Amino acid sequence: MTSPSSVRKYPTGGAGGVKPPAFTDSPSLFARNPSVLIFIACLAAFTLAVTLMSEAFGAGVISTSFVKTLGKTLCLCLVALAMDLIWGYAGILSLGHMAFFALGGYMIGMWLMYARTEEIVVTALSQGGLPATPEEISQGIATQIFGVVGSSDLPLIWSLAHSLPLQLSLALAVPGTLALVFGWLAFRSRVTGVYLSILTQAMTLALALYLFQNDSGLRGNNGLSGLQNLPGLDGTSQDIVSIWFFWASALALGLGYLTLSWVVSGKFGSVIRAIRDDEARVRFLGYPVEVYKLFLFTLTALIAAIAGVLYYPQAGIINPAELAPIASIYLAVWVAIGGRGRLYGAVIGAAFVSLLSSLFTSGRLPDIAFGPVALSWVNWWLVILGLAFVAVTLFAPKGIGGLFDRFQNLRTPDRKGAPLGPDDGSLQEQEAQQ
Amino acid sequence: MTALLEVSGVSVTFDGFRAINNLSFSIGAAELRAIIGPNGAGKTTFMDIVTGKTRPDAGTVSFGERSLSLLGMNEAQIAREGVGRKFQRPTVFEDQTVEANLILALKAPRSPWRVLFCKPRQSDLARVRELADEVGLGDHLQRKSGELSHGQKQWLEIAMLLAQEPRLLLVDEPAAGMTPAEREHTTALLVSLAKTRAVVVVEHDMEFIRRLNCRVTVLHEGSVLAEGSLDHVTRDPQVISVYLGRG
Repeated sequence: MTSPSSVRKYPTGGAGGVKPPAFTDSPSLFARNPSVLIFIACLAAFTLAVTLMSEAFGAGVISTSFVKTLGKTLCLCLVALAMDLIWGYAGILSLGHMAFFALGGYMIGMWLMYARTEEIVVTALSQGGLPATPEEISQGIATQIFGVVGSSDLPLIWSLAHSLPLQLSLALAVPGTLALVFGWLAFRSRVTGVYLSILTQAMTLALALYLFQNDSGLRGNNGLSGLQNLPGLDGTSQDIVSIWFFWASALALGLGYLTLSWVVSGKFGSVIRAIRDDEARVRFLGYPVEVYKLFLFTLTALIAAIAGVLYYPQAGIINPAELAPIASIYLAVWVAIGGRGRLYGAVIGAAFVSLLSSLFTSGRLPDIAFGPVALSWVNWWLVILGLAFVAVTLFAPKGIGGLFDRFQNLRTPDRKGAPLGPDDGSLQEQEAQQ
Repeated sequence: MTALLEVSGVSVTFDGFRAINNLSFSIGAAELRAIIGPNGAGKTTFMDIVTGKTRPDAGTVSFGERSLSLLGMNEAQIAREGVGRKFQRPTVFEDQTVEANLILALKAPRSPWRVLFCKPRQSDLARVRELADEVGLGDHLQRKSGELSHGQKQWLEIAMLLAQEPRLLLVDEPAAGMTPAEREHTTALLVSLAKTRAVVVVEHDMEFIRRLNCRVTVLHEGSVLAEGSLDHVTRDPQVISVYLGRG
């Protein structure tokens, strides 16, 4: 039959013809999504290359601080994956996910700071000759950590900070619970679209303002610092530690990518894209849409928290400014520029934009003089980023990921203005035009 | 025979406008029923109430042998109980293939956890193929549903409803946008479906209803004006004055 669309349908057999993903004829995840294997291979090659060029295990071409930057970038890619799942696939534009990222960072930071301070206090006290009593030690730790905010008592929320396993479980439990409670309240009332985005912004702002207070128990605007020093590893140089964290970040990103590509590939992915496109219809099919949203919101919050746990020991410092609403907006910008609704798009966007951002704001680039005025990159970077975001949204809604469709000769079919789905920016399933 | 769906004394007011006024309606477990009425008679609101989209101010809606009240339930729960709904405008997931649309609709566990670990079985895929063949989309399983023609989308949506295996099917203007041949097919399908389940059809097209050859309920200003065979209701002077006379 002739179809109303101007595009040739999936050409079968012909070279360059792309078969649409089907439930029937491709049993394995990799067969269905060759991009997953390609991504994992690229990530492994990148990890190996960085290791071989690092100061600790190789030629020393890459400085330790740059290894840390790359490691942090991998963590940002992981949180961008989470953002892509909730926004690109499920259509929930959360502008608060960096709150979960930072909360994960705070939780691991508490243990790092406590355990490190404990070492210092014990060493200092043991020089007096007599072994220190537990009270003296805990008093010493509290004074060391909280002297800066004029307190000498360890707040209640630090009661698990002495134990790494307990504090790590908090790093999941605290952001997870917050996401669960917030999501339950928001989704149960069927808050959607821009209202939900505003609500999530309010959540991260409220949390940041709370943490800015000195009596929040997390050192107010000083935040937690010295997180790059791992307790008990005084003899290990930062060159080596930075590579460890780089490996851990790469592993987390790889596992996160595999997990999420499995999540979005099957029937579950089908349901959440259906929710993105027409959630009322999904309800009439009998799917509990709110439960799905809550599940995704909490799952992505947990992924963000894991990314935060790996990020802040590399950053060395965390303070409430990390929870500022702008941080979560950046996250959305990365995913939009990289390409929504495809996992590799999110990774590319986060890596590309955040690395460019650290280049332009490093102050190392020379200013460009235009006669009397000079273009200072540090000052103008945000303007450039903003313009780039607007340009991508207007002219290339598929983002950088859209370039891959070009390479594959995939083009969004010309439907004479009729929409394929409500969300133009997201990856539409592959329709080939040779 | 006891009723599958029993709606009694239901009223809904929107901003002072009584959309449904003390409406009572019931349908048996295997029955075909047509609902007609002028615009604003409350046909769509009636469907909204049964499917959980709108909460009535008064009245009861009970479903099934256990006379389960549908009023406290949300749309998804009602759908899982076995109430399927077809909208006027075909609503399929345009970004997904015909096959994916049908798999979404297949009767299966709906919770996120179960869906996450679900793998379509061979029997499911066979059922999908069978349904697609039944509505003439057998050759289009791998096509994106957004590419289908309007009529094909209608058929896909009907196939999705069948995949849900509902006990009560609410169909809003099925014949809209269909060719005469497709209407014929739709009529036959609806009649055969009503042998095993309850089917409620809202339709404007009198010719279509005549072919369905079933009991007709006439709604007017939110309540039942007349009920009976098509010939019976079209002879009713009240019906003629409010509805047919104007057409």
